[in-house]
Amino acid sequence: MPQPTLLELSRAGKRCTRAPAGDVSSRGVTELIPAEHLRADPPRLPEVSEPEIARHYALLARDTFNIEAGFYPLGSCTMKYNPKVNERIAAMPGWALLHPDTPPGQVQGALRLILELERLLAELGGMDAASLQPPAGASGEFCCVRMFRAYHESRGEARRTRVIVPDSAHGTNPASVSRCGYVATSIRSDGGRVDSAELRGALGDDVAGVMLTNPNTLGLFEIDILGIVETVHDAGALLYYDGANMNAIMGYARPGDMGFDAMHFNLHKTFATPHGGGGPGSGPVAVKEHLTPFLPVPRVVERGEGYDWDWSPPKSIGRVHSYFGSFLVAVRAYAYILAHGAEGLQRVSEAAVLNANYMAERLRAVYDLPHAGPFMHECVLSAQSIYRDTGVRALDIAKRLIDYGIHPPTVCFPLIVKEAMMIEPTETESKQTLDHFIEVMQTIAQEARSSPELLHEAPHETPVRRVDEAAAARHPKLTWNA
Amino acid sequence: MNYLPHSESDWAAMLAALGIDSVGELFRDIPAQLRETAMPDLPGPMAEAELLRHLQDLAGRNSSLDELVCFAGGGVYDRFIPSIVLDVISRPEFKTGYTPYQPEASQGILQALFEYQSMVCELTGMPVANASLYDGASALGEAILVAAAERKRPRALVSRALSPNARRVARTYCDAMGIAIAEVPYVAETGQTDMDALRAAMGDDLCGVALQQPNYFGVLENMRLAAEAAHAAGALLVASVEPISLGLLEAPGRYGADIVVGEGQPLGLPPGYGGPLLGIFACRHEMMRRVPGRIVGETVDADGRRAYCLTLQAREQHVRRERATSNICTSESLCALAAAVYLAALGPEGLCEVAAQGVQQAHFLLERLSERGTAPRRFAGAFFNEFVVDVGQPADGVVCRLAEQGYLVGPALGREYPELEDCLLLVATEQRTRADIEGLVAAFET
Repeated sequence: MPQPTLLELSRAGKRCTRAPAGDVSSRGVTELIPAEHLRADPPRLPEVSEPEIARHYALLARDTFNIEAGFYPLGSCTMKYNPKVNERIAAMPGWALLHPDTPPGQVQGALRLILELERLLAELGGMDAASLQPPAGASGEFCCVRMFRAYHESRGEARRTRVIVPDSAHGTNPASVSRCGYVATSIRSDGGRVDSAELRGALGDDVAGVMLTNPNTLGLFEIDILGIVETVHDAGALLYYDGANMNAIMGYARPGDMGFDAMHFNLHKTFATPHGGGGPGSGPVAVKEHLTPFLPVPRVVERGEGYDWDWSPPKSIGRVHSYFGSFLVAVRAYAYILAHGAEGLQRVSEAAVLNANYMAERLRAVYDLPHAGPFMHECVLSAQSIYRDTGVRALDIAKRLIDYGIHPPTVCFPLIVKEAMMIEPTETESKQTLDHFIEVMQTIAQEARSSPELLHEAPHETPVRRVDEAAAARHPKLTWNA
Repeated sequence: MNYLPHSESDWAAMLAALGIDSVGELFRDIPAQLRETAMPDLPGPMAEAELLRHLQDLAGRNSSLDELVCFAGGGVYDRFIPSIVLDVISRPEFKTGYTPYQPEASQGILQALFEYQSMVCELTGMPVANASLYDGASALGEAILVAAAERKRPRALVSRALSPNARRVARTYCDAMGIAIAEVPYVAETGQTDMDALRAAMGDDLCGVALQQPNYFGVLENMRLAAEAAHAAGALLVASVEPISLGLLEAPGRYGADIVVGEGQPLGLPPGYGGPLLGIFACRHEMMRRVPGRIVGETVDADGRRAYCLTLQAREQHVRRERATSNICTSESLCALAAAVYLAALGPEGLCEVAAQGVQQAHFLLERLSERGTAPRRFAGAFFNEFVVDVGQPADGVVCRLAEQGYLVGPALGREYPELEDCLLLVATEQRTRADIEGLVAAFET
């Protein structure tokens, strides 16, 4: 049932944290700050005690689905287990309590970690250099497209103002294109993969780049990637790799080897840093040599026996973050890579791919599988036949899964599949968990036929029933005082 | 070390179900040429104990705020983090969940973010707030883009007394979208934005004016004048604020701000070598549908019970794609949660206490420095808890020297303000004691 808000718990005079008494002979604030700057009244924040705060958040936590507590096969998000050792490391004062303006000579450990992680990511991606500065995948996308623009402009090709994006792409891709002042051109997929004829038709001397992810959002490897890359480069455009799906190919393929010019990674996906309910993430970028002059500044460089920040790169696109990116997220990812080593990461991809294919194979009898495998780390099922026969939609199936303690897969994406359910189990789920999920999905398919209203009205077992999201948008109430 | 939960027999059974002999067959769509060069050259693997030793060793090469007494500022501050904050954000339920797209399964985090939004609105005096952006710098960039879209005009004014890092990020965002940013100088004597220059730069192509309060030099600006000037020209006022100062300082909504942004790190986040941070964004009702990022709204469920969900999603990239208000997807939810717990833990009295102590400690520090005459204050304007001193020599060297003695000051201003090469920032928060202050004053003299 709904929890009271902090405001509803608030009672005048309740306190939690008090500062120790100040120890300087104090002139009061009113003596030190001119009156015209001061608030007339204190801000109306809740007044609660520590036990009440602790209980409040304990109850909210109980009503928050999380990967620790249940299967979370959210396609494209790579909801894998977040290792505890990485939390222990990130909490070390020698990482957490560093001020970003500490003289470089006294943060040599941090500078070394940043440089090493950049090199590890470049190596994993088959690229020449990297930057940890973008604080999320979308920021990394923007950064790369912005670098494309800087590159083309430096070569007198400012006429290139379009970027091609497949219709199966994640929404951030075209949004990031727009953020660079470019126009996103969508191309249709053919049997789930990039339609080469469409691509060739869309290319021209006004195209700056093509954004792809491989495997794509359907979990299919672009078999013709080498041909695609050649076609795009021949047209004078650059290729950007959306690294959201890196979990599929580690040790099996590198975007740089495919021919991509730039890419981003999602540390909060492939590298197991916690999602946090929507961040903090981290979206480092890696590029080939010809784009390195445009990387964000500052950059870590080796200087003498140690490391330093270099502010000089004159062609840099500038800053995309106040400081150096989500550093404490990077620390976790660094630890994750070292824990696994190359063979360990390859095994991660193998297990992720095995899990996804096993699941697709066992579910194909019950749901539509619009594309033939082999799949990589995710697959897209469709509830189209079920919908046609029973009126039950992918969304209803998703809501019913919650009753079984399983987080729904991504539904209604990618846009090119009707009643899509994008399922990414990740490698940290056991066969036992997958078998249970498969059983539940089979049961739900039966429920669709025998009692569709059960699904239309799902979920039934949650603290709230189906939420009226339409009303929330029509009559926005965005604060407790609205 | 790995985290794979497959036994050998599980693995074999799954291969058998797929009718294949080895997992490599599932990768058959990958051209052989790519497979040949695919194994990266990486260190590891390491067992957990080894990993901890290595990371501890590297951490040991950093001087943290456990070793350095912090008087440094410029955007990231040393504030006390209540234990309850650390406890709540370490809960795996909050830490390991994803963006709450399925509200029925995520009421907890949705309500927590709704409460965060509500408290941001209380602090800022604005009716609408989102559930976080990356940092105060990107929030500034997004705010100017909102102003440009709202006013349909292509130029903005940003004070040079506003954080250099924020101005740089805002420029990266705005240049790419063809929005011109012109900088307004500060008055050399006071450190405040030059209001005459501001008024002279007005025009009917202006969408917004951005000032920081307190500004980057710690000086208090006349925000009402700035609001009047902006509005007279048909432009919006963007106020970039430090959230703890809002315990004492007037809420931007009351002095005419249209959009409020800020860096939320002081609200319960460690300095973290600059990240992750927390971008605060709040605005007036009229701009609600242009707001970037996630917004949580209150609604009802099928039985009429109060419920929360992500709302106004038509703004966002997963719905509007190339026409979204921003490309942002993952933001800083867990950091917003930390801020919410922090504000709940302090409450109005606690926030005022903490803000006031910073003011008192900082003014005392200045008094003691002035008595010694070693590092005179550079600007004369009234300040909050941060101020600029002139050390009579390139300040970078002084920052290093003091750090070696265990005092972190700065940043030195010369890189971003060549005319202030001998200057650096000093800040005092409630974390600094009289003994710390006396120690710093003495250290300036050695």
